[in-house]
Amino acid sequence: MTLPFLLFFACALVALLGAVLLIVAREPIHSALSLILVMVSLAVLYLLLGAPFVAAVQILVYAGAIMVLFVFVIMLLNAGEEERTDWSKIAKYVGWPLGVVVVLGGMHLLFHSEPGAAVANSAVNPPPPADTVALSNLLFRNYLFPFEATSILILIAILGALVLARKDE
Amino acid sequence: MLILDQLWIILALPLLGSAINGIFGLWLGSRWSNSTVNTVGVGSVGLSFLCVLEAVREFLQVPADQIPVFHDYFTWMIAGPFRAGFALQVDQLSVVMLLIVTGVGLLVHIFSVGYMAHEGGYYRFFSYLNLFVFFMLTLVLGANLLVTFVGWEGVGLCSYLLIGFWFLKKSAADAGKKAFITTRIGDMGFMVGILLVFATFNTVDYRGIFSTLAQRNVPVETHLGVITAICLLLFAGAIGKSAQLPLYVWLPDAMEGPTPVSALIHAATMVTAGVYMVARMNPLYARSPIAMLVVAIIGGVTAFYAATIGIAQTDIKKVLAYSTVSQLGYMFLACGVGAYSAGIFHLMTHAFFKGLLFLASGSVIHAMGGEQDMLKMGGLRKKIPVTFWTMLIGTIAIAGIPPFAGFFSKDQILFAAWAGPYANKPLYLLGICAAAITSFYMFRLIFLTFFGEPRYDEHHVHVHESPWSMLGPLCILALLSTVGGWFAAPTLWGGEDAFGKFLSPVFAQAAALAPVTEEASHSLELQFSAIAVAVGLIGLLVAWWLYVKNPDLPARIAKSLGGLYTLVYNKYFVDEIYGALIVTPLLWISTNVLWHVVDEGMIDGAVNGAADVAQAAGGEARKLQSGYTRSYATWVIIGAVGFSAVLYGLLRMKQ
Amino acid sequence: MSVVPVSYYLALSAFLFGLGVIAFVFKRNIITIFMAIELMLNAVNLAFVAFARAHSQLDGLVFVFFVIVVAAAEAAVGLAIVLALAHTRQSLNVDRVNLLKF
Repeated sequence: MTLPFLLFFACALVALLGAVLLIVAREPIHSALSLILVMVSLAVLYLLLGAPFVAAVQILVYAGAIMVLFVFVIMLLNAGEEERTDWSKIAKYVGWPLGVVVVLGGMHLLFHSEPGAAVANSAVNPPPPADTVALSNLLFRNYLFPFEATSILILIAILGALVLARKDE
Repeated sequence: MLILDQLWIILALPLLGSAINGIFGLWLGSRWSNSTVNTVGVGSVGLSFLCVLEAVREFLQVPADQIPVFHDYFTWMIAGPFRAGFALQVDQLSVVMLLIVTGVGLLVHIFSVGYMAHEGGYYRFFSYLNLFVFFMLTLVLGANLLVTFVGWEGVGLCSYLLIGFWFLKKSAADAGKKAFITTRIGDMGFMVGILLVFATFNTVDYRGIFSTLAQRNVPVETHLGVITAICLLLFAGAIGKSAQLPLYVWLPDAMEGPTPVSALIHAATMVTAGVYMVARMNPLYARSPIAMLVVAIIGGVTAFYAATIGIAQTDIKKVLAYSTVSQLGYMFLACGVGAYSAGIFHLMTHAFFKGLLFLASGSVIHAMGGEQDMLKMGGLRKKIPVTFWTMLIGTIAIAGIPPFAGFFSKDQILFAAWAGPYANKPLYLLGICAAAITSFYMFRLIFLTFFGEPRYDEHHVHVHESPWSMLGPLCILALLSTVGGWFAAPTLWGGEDAFGKFLSPVFAQAAALAPVTEEASHSLELQFSAIAVAVGLIGLLVAWWLYVKNPDLPARIAKSLGGLYTLVYNKYFVDEIYGALIVTPLLWISTNVLWHVVDEGMIDGAVNGAADVAQAAGGEARKLQSGYTRSYATWVIIGAVGFSAVLYGLLRMKQ
Repeated sequence: MSVVPVSYYLALSAFLFGLGVIAFVFKRNIITIFMAIELMLNAVNLAFVAFARAHSQLDGLVFVFFVIVVAAAEAAVGLAIVLALAHTRQSLNVDRVNLLKF
């Protein structure tokens, strides 16, 4: 086994482990930490795929800011062990089959459908030069409009969060 | 050709009169005075009669190949290859009918001026009466079966309106309904007959049908084929409209209407529409001996049957009603044995003497202040002489005693039944017996009403003669009943049978197809005439014996006959039988099946059920909104999975 | 040096997504459900990057960028809602948020 393969399997295992822990954990803080584990392993996978910038952004923003926000809120609310209620009937009965369907469906779409299979089984090309210059070219030329739109989106999100979380006086 | 070119005028005048009287009478109420109503009502029919006279004069100058005079006014309906126009035509038969309808109609209108003078709703009466004349003229002038049918239904409507003229009286309203419904049953057959005519001939025009029959040399049908079916179905309508067995039950009840109505509609015109129809369709009937036999049998049996009921009736108008049914039977008997012109001749003479008899009875009732029961009359002949003499003339005419009108027509029919091309000797026997009975009960009526001691309280009832507006028509009709038979007098009596010759072009096809028999000898005809006269005189003598000589004898005979008398007196309980067999089950079905099961159960059930289903569905559907976020989340994912499956399927299909 | 086939990454992405769905449906704490959403987004990001590699294009990476930005905004607003809910219902159990019903 070569190094990339080993690294892939290791990270994949860790990611799956983290996901399972997220489901299994009783305390929400444990789930949060498992999710961070997943994100870090995914960052390594991005590196394997030749996208260092995205890997860095993943760690910095996703794991570093968003998850920290989650942890803040968990600690703020003192979220404890969750109580086991199962009042939603459909979730109880349809939940597991649904998950299986999603996984299998996804696999089918990816491997047995014509476009999917074409992509999945294609030869792995050399990674594109994913440096900042190339990315910025793309971002600020072809995807300028979505870029500006997302900046407005963030502004709105800030305002929304402020309004929603305010305590009534 | 002033009138012949504008035939619609003859129709339009009564219609206009009806509309004016109806609208202004309703609108203006009492300000629309009786004399105005008279002017409009009587005037419109009078003008129509004058137009008819002029039309007849013109018609006599029309060359034979242009008869029938035909006018198509507008296209009424088009459906694929079928076209029916509003078309009028005049031929010899139409001329006879026109004269009868407008002539007798005018006399009845004049009579009504006096008779209805003190009645409420005066304008309404004349409006309806004019409307009736309009529809009857449409029936007679129609050039295709559909226009005739419009008139057919229209006279039925007017009959309903007029029978139930005093609609606040329950028996009158019921009688109107009964008349309409009973004739409707026959009309159903008529309508199916018209459909069958169209299916067979692709036209409903008389000209078209008859020319098709002639050109294709359609042979006589000896089996139950299409032509027989058509004839029988059309005759079904005639059974209803002309009150034959088994649909005659409405005519006696129709006496609830005012007497002029009985005279015009139920004696002279509407009930004769069936006879007119059979006579008009003679090319068809001549090709179907089976149908002719049916017509003759029903006519003959009805003539006898109705006569037997007439013996025991005590209401003066009911006697005349059953007499009408019986005489109509004679007319159908005539058509059934191929003597079409004899049938139409009898139709004409019957219009004269039956119209006279009804109007005279109206005069009697008027004189007695509304009393109609003969058992409460008696000895009226010195007090109302004009009425007496005219009614006597009518009675002698109907009894078939020469030289009055009824003799010639009845004699022709009976002789044709015995010795004509379609002779049927049993039917002759029925006819002659019915003639005897007819003479008997008519003279019974005369003797009970006008002879003997008064059986009423002379202090309370002041018998007075009617005004001349009522007596005038009586006298004219009496004159016609006397001389009306002379221009159809057969060669036997020195006449030329001008009437028969006049009508012969109309019945040409029937005459050509009749089986050839040897010409009956004059001596045979004389013998049968003698028998007919003798029978009439016998009836007169028996009535005189029972009601003048020995007035208490009838009661003793009635008692000794017991059950038989009760049966006849109650008209063989036919109304009760119909009620039990037909009306009650129909009402039961209507209430329990159609109302409860179909209307309430099925239709309401379906409608309410739809609402209930919607409500139940909603009730179940709202449980989806459980409030649990996880349920909603699950549904979202299910939806997403489904959506992607659909998309995937579409993409696959696109490839 | 042979490279890991792209299909392996895609398979992993599918698995992670499925696990995210299961977590989303079964967990009762609102914040945990949110984190399941983030897990699903991450799985999709992985797929994007893998596709970018397969096609040798950078567009997939730009998409990942945008996904991360939107996820950040969504997390901010969502957690604000969670805070409001927690104040109102005194509980973080999503089954207790059940007033929007028939």
